[in-house]
Amino acid sequence: MLVIRNLRASIEGREILKGINLEVKEGEIHAIMGPNGSGKSTLASILAGRDFADVTEGTVKYYGKDLLSMAPEERSREGIFLGFQYPIEIPGVSMVNFLKTAVNEHRKHKGLEPLSASDFLKMMREKKELVEIDSKLANRSVNEGFSGGEKKKNEIFQMAMLEPKLAILDETDSGLDIDALKIVANGVNRLRKPDNATIVITHYQRLLDYIIPDHVHVLYDGRIVRSAGKELALELEKKGYEWIKTGEENSVQTWKPGMS
Amino acid sequence: MQENNGNDIIKEVTSGEYKYGFYTDIETDKIPKGLNEDVIRLISSRKGEPEWLLDFRLKAYRHWLTMKMPRWPNLKIPAIDYQDIIYFAAPKSRTTEEKGGIDPELKKTFDRLGIPLEEQKILSGVAVDAVMDSVSVKTTFRETLAELGIIFCSFSEAVREYPDLVKKYMATVVPYTDNFFAALNSAVFSDGSFCYIPKGVKCPMELSTYFRINSANTGQFERTLIVADEESYVSYMEGCTAPMRDENQLHAAIVEIIAEKNAEVKYSTVQNWYPGDSEGKGGIFNFVTKRGICRGDNSKISWTQVETGSAITWKYPSCILKGDNSSGEFYSVAVTNHYQQADTGTKMIHIGKNTRSRIVSKGISAGMGQNSYRGLVKVLKNADNARNFSQCDSLLLGDKCGAHTFPYLEVDNPNAVVEHEATTSRIGEDQIFYCNQRGISTEDAVGLIVNGYAKEIINQLPMEFAVEAQKLLQISLEGSVG
Repeated sequence: MLVIRNLRASIEGREILKGINLEVKEGEIHAIMGPNGSGKSTLASILAGRDFADVTEGTVKYYGKDLLSMAPEERSREGIFLGFQYPIEIPGVSMVNFLKTAVNEHRKHKGLEPLSASDFLKMMREKKELVEIDSKLANRSVNEGFSGGEKKKNEIFQMAMLEPKLAILDETDSGLDIDALKIVANGVNRLRKPDNATIVITHYQRLLDYIIPDHVHVLYDGRIVRSAGKELALELEKKGYEWIKTGEENSVQTWKPGMS
Repeated sequence: MQENNGNDIIKEVTSGEYKYGFYTDIETDKIPKGLNEDVIRLISSRKGEPEWLLDFRLKAYRHWLTMKMPRWPNLKIPAIDYQDIIYFAAPKSRTTEEKGGIDPELKKTFDRLGIPLEEQKILSGVAVDAVMDSVSVKTTFRETLAELGIIFCSFSEAVREYPDLVKKYMATVVPYTDNFFAALNSAVFSDGSFCYIPKGVKCPMELSTYFRINSANTGQFERTLIVADEESYVSYMEGCTAPMRDENQLHAAIVEIIAEKNAEVKYSTVQNWYPGDSEGKGGIFNFVTKRGICRGDNSKISWTQVETGSAITWKYPSCILKGDNSSGEFYSVAVTNHYQQADTGTKMIHIGKNTRSRIVSKGISAGMGQNSYRGLVKVLKNADNARNFSQCDSLLLGDKCGAHTFPYLEVDNPNAVVEHEATTSRIGEDQIFYCNQRGISTEDAVGLIVNGYAKEIINQLPMEFAVEAQKLLQISLEGSVG
């Protein structure tokens, strides 16, 4: 569903992504790991359409369409969901109103009638249960006064409501205690379907104890320097990112276990 | 069908043009431009007024000549040539109750404005007084209301039919000496609405006046007088629009409200005068004096205003809380986009004991708009246990607009409790992007955020107005982001 080819991007003239290649298929969970400043969040932002980075080269195809030419709201309606690292507060706008607008925009895009108020509330109830979200959250303004953990859970709740084809979760695990982490992970696992996919961006291996990825990629200095199965995450956890850095210097292609 | 309607609304909301900018080509009886005593005599004779009213006008005019335009507002007002304005313009063939029916062109105009003048077409119980330029063209539901003893008619008619009531109450809240524009209005006022709710009557429907400026070079100077006798209740709404023109037009109105013992008046405005174009050309100068007095004990007056129109707005709907235990409220949302300017707020004058007032003002500035809140809370010596709560919030879109707050407090009673809160916030790109990422377009996101911000005010409006006001807020801010 998603094919990234040689993606290069800069922020204020400084190159952040230096040629990313990645392919995500339906049903897959990909984990992108990497140290701070490696370009993980920039990649997520570019996929979602936030325009603070300039794409200088490369293509991103989403179901064959040129993703980069689509407006952010179009990408959302076409099924791309970004779980924000720092979810934004919107005072005065209730979660109910916010999600109702969003869900109905998605429905309109699919040629469906807007949901009636009662159907919508029913859907909210079901999804809240599915992702184990405290029902109080839904009655408050969007993220306003939410704790860090509540904000992250709220992202997963929104993901459940919008049923994306491709969810990109940007550091969803940062700042979560173990219980919150489990709730978030369970939500992601329950929302998994054969025809959707998830990209989990994380700094730590911890989240991957609960969300088992099919592929793990290591992003370092704007490049994916290593791709493998889930065992890569464990290895990374054990050896740290220093291992990758030295690995890169010695050429990634010829890297072998134990070479550090 | 359903879907089409949905699309129409979306289109309407995002098109962002001033919808009411059309002009009705209708034969209009106008007097020549200019202002002097003869013009005032001419207006008075056109309206067939009694001598006492002409005297009132002339006194007001002579006083006006001694006055200067207020310079204290935080507004840049270009020079106004008062000799270059037409002070009376009336559609020639309007409805007269004797003739029955209404001129089809006029009917069409008000249909386009969404104000049906045929009673059977009005679904929700709203009685309308429709004013075009200087005259009232039709007042609906008069008979139904008359059965309850409620008088709802044009001001001119009230002068003819109920001169004693008019004499008793007119200019008792806003005397012609009050301010420059009040004096001008008192000299040249044309039409407006009059309502009188008798003792013990709860008005069963919303009363409303719809003001339309149509003719070019014409000023609109209407006067509205609302009297709620003891134990009565009325909810009154006011709407206004004007054609798009390159030159500015002056609207200087007076609204007076009198609430007797245990009476309650709720006054709502959705002000949508033509705001001028995106370059700041044209638009209405809206210089209005609105004031109510809670004369009797336990009376209540509540002002709610949604101000989206006008090139320049200068208005301070106020409450004089004279009766013991009386209360006044002021709820306002004022939007300034492009080059619009607004200096608006309220005055709450606590005279009686245990009087209460509440002020909630929400300013929204976008483009090059300048938005000022100016409010006075005055507690007199004998107003024991007076309480006021004021909240003034400002929301900014973009970085070229301005928000200003000028609160004034004059408290002469030591046990008064006066609270003031103020906040300023900005719609951030990150909020917009967050909405975008959930599938919500930028325009809809602004609408969602602004309506969330203004919710407390919108909730005060009668249902009929609330939906319109929400759409209006969104349209007014079209093109202000990104």
